[in-house]
Amino acid sequence: MTADREQILSRVRAALAPLPVRAALPDYDAELTVARKLLGDRDLLTVFAERIKLVNGLLLTDVAALVGHLRAGGWMRGYCDPLLWPQLATHFGPEFTVETVFDRTRVDHFAFSITRAVGAIAETGTIILNDRTTASRLGALTPWVHVTVLDRAAIYPDLGHAIAALGDDPNVIWVTGPSKTADVEGILIEGVHGPGQQIALVV
Amino acid sequence: MVTEKIDQFAATLPAEKRRSVYESTKATHEKRTKVLFDHFPDPNRLRLIAGEIKQHVIENLDTYLPAVEAKLQSHGVIVHWAATAEAANEAVLGIMRARGATKMVKAKTMVSEEIELEPFLKKHGIEALETDLGEFIVQIDHDHPSHIVRPIIHKSRREIATSFEREGLGAYNDDPGTITRRAREFLRQKYLQADVGLTGANFVSAESGRIVLVTNEGNSRFCLAATKCHIALVGIEKILPRDRDLALLLNLLARSATAQQLTVYTEFISGPKAASQPDGPEEMHVIFVDNGRTDVLASECRDILRCIRCGACLNVCPIYRQASGHAYRSVYPGPVGAVLSPLLAGEKFPDKVDLVKASSLCGACNEVCPVNIPIPDLLLRLRDKAKREGAPSCGTPPMGAWALLASQPTAWKAALFGGKVMNYLPLNLLPIPAAQAWLKTRTLPAWRGGEFRRWLKNRTR
Ligand code: SF4
Repeated sequence: MTADREQILSRVRAALAPLPVRAALPDYDAELTVARKLLGDRDLLTVFAERIKLVNGLLLTDVAALVGHLRAGGWMRGYCDPLLWPQLATHFGPEFTVETVFDRTRVDHFAFSITRAVGAIAETGTIILNDRTTASRLGALTPWVHVTVLDRAAIYPDLGHAIAALGDDPNVIWVTGPSKTADVEGILIEGVHGPGQQIALVV
Repeated sequence: MVTEKIDQFAATLPAEKRRSVYESTKATHEKRTKVLFDHFPDPNRLRLIAGEIKQHVIENLDTYLPAVEAKLQSHGVIVHWAATAEAANEAVLGIMRARGATKMVKAKTMVSEEIELEPFLKKHGIEALETDLGEFIVQIDHDHPSHIVRPIIHKSRREIATSFEREGLGAYNDDPGTITRRAREFLRQKYLQADVGLTGANFVSAESGRIVLVTNEGNSRFCLAATKCHIALVGIEKILPRDRDLALLLNLLARSATAQQLTVYTEFISGPKAASQPDGPEEMHVIFVDNGRTDVLASECRDILRCIRCGACLNVCPIYRQASGHAYRSVYPGPVGAVLSPLLAGEKFPDKVDLVKASSLCGACNEVCPVNIPIPDLLLRLRDKAKREGAPSCGTPPMGAWALLASQPTAWKAALFGGKVMNYLPLNLLPIPAAQAWLKTRTLPAWRGGEFRRWLKNRTR
């Protein structure tokens, strides 16, 4: 392995040695990577709401609406981040069974899950999760309905701003709508390995 | 042999498949263009700058590689190096063995296809299961992907339903929703039972050591939520200098690949899971793979190493649209494959040399490429290399007579006039194999030699 390292690096050096000059690293304005035509000078929540809808995500602004949505879909068994549950529990009636520990031996038991988001991206309708605030990676992925609780002050306008805010968390994941595929004859199907419904509950 | 291998493959493609490949690549290409121009005032500038950034990286790999290695190690990632496919396979096996692991789930990695990891692990009693829906279907069918982004663009739902029935995944049902749901149910158990999750990497930031992975299905996320060990197979060219460059490349990648603004799941990984996180890898390995890349770097075609595997050049290519992916007989089909596959073939370059000629040099691939790779120029350089190395060629008539004519104005004029006789000859009966092969799939337009000259002469300014 060390031999391979030396071999690769010496081959790289040998390959580059004949170049009279090396290509320089270009600089560019942050504005280059902003889809300005989408953002305009609108309020970030307005843009986020528009874009998340376009990727078939759902934006809700109060807990009662969420509970109604879950009930209407028949999603009665769920998992909830233990830090969120104390505030949410009162809104859920006794017909719901909600657990605060995600049991990986019963992944299909959970129809929905509620975890925290660390932010969102307006121009793409993206929800941002990271390892330190997501109570369970599996809990946030395997149920059919995934709800993220999002602070409206944490909406970044564009990818560049969201990247600047990655911080030191070892695993940040951007989620843009439900899991999907078009592998079979190009036909869009949602809910492949992850949620078929991706909901942002903005508080 | 009178026709090239790629032509022979293309000739056997059923008309129905050709039509579906044509229609879906064309539709994706049109959506790509629309989405780029709808969102950015000057999308071309994004492409040009992205190209310059990646060119800078590959021309400075000697400094970037050790820098990225150090960054990864500082996050607790174990870094390995593999000069060859064999070394890469051995490295994966070594990690599996050290953990006593026998089950692996894979999220799409083209490098693993390049090094033929799955059959290698199988020989050593290790199951390596593809989790991307398309790749999974390819695997159960013992087939090969035919497109970089849409691995089963060549398959119909009826064929897939038949395969699922054969594999015991349910009674015949060709509804795409049912097919997807069955795969979901089957694969989630496999993720949960697996010991190791294997992925590739779309980008690696030198600044932060973050590995970026994109999927639409969520399969790479599942691999990294269910298993305790993550192995990433990374081609040495995947580096980006700064985190901010990720914004530029991510904007381009999804739009170029599938006309999406952003892929559904974009994951930034800088090491094993956080201490507070119950799920996911406690151990992370990165294997930097050369497998011919340093040869490409040393060649005059090094620009191809900028490629971010978006598939846009396949979608726009008139040859790919007619021939489909298997005709390229390589992990990388289409225009990118026509350059990369012969180069990566090493000593087997002559076997793939037909690919560099399978282009009209129309330049559409260069125009759509998010990193502005001058594919037609690279194809010309490879044609030149093939000629110099005396690689076997067919279908190209000897050009000596033409060269003689073209260098003598009087002879040329006479030929222009005399060529008219071609219109009256039964050309397909000429005893020249190259001419016969050429005419089998093409019609020669009527000879109109000299007409332009006449027009020019009589033109009044
Ligand atoms: S060569 Fe360019 S267009 Fe083709 S797959 Fe690579 S990045 Fe995409």
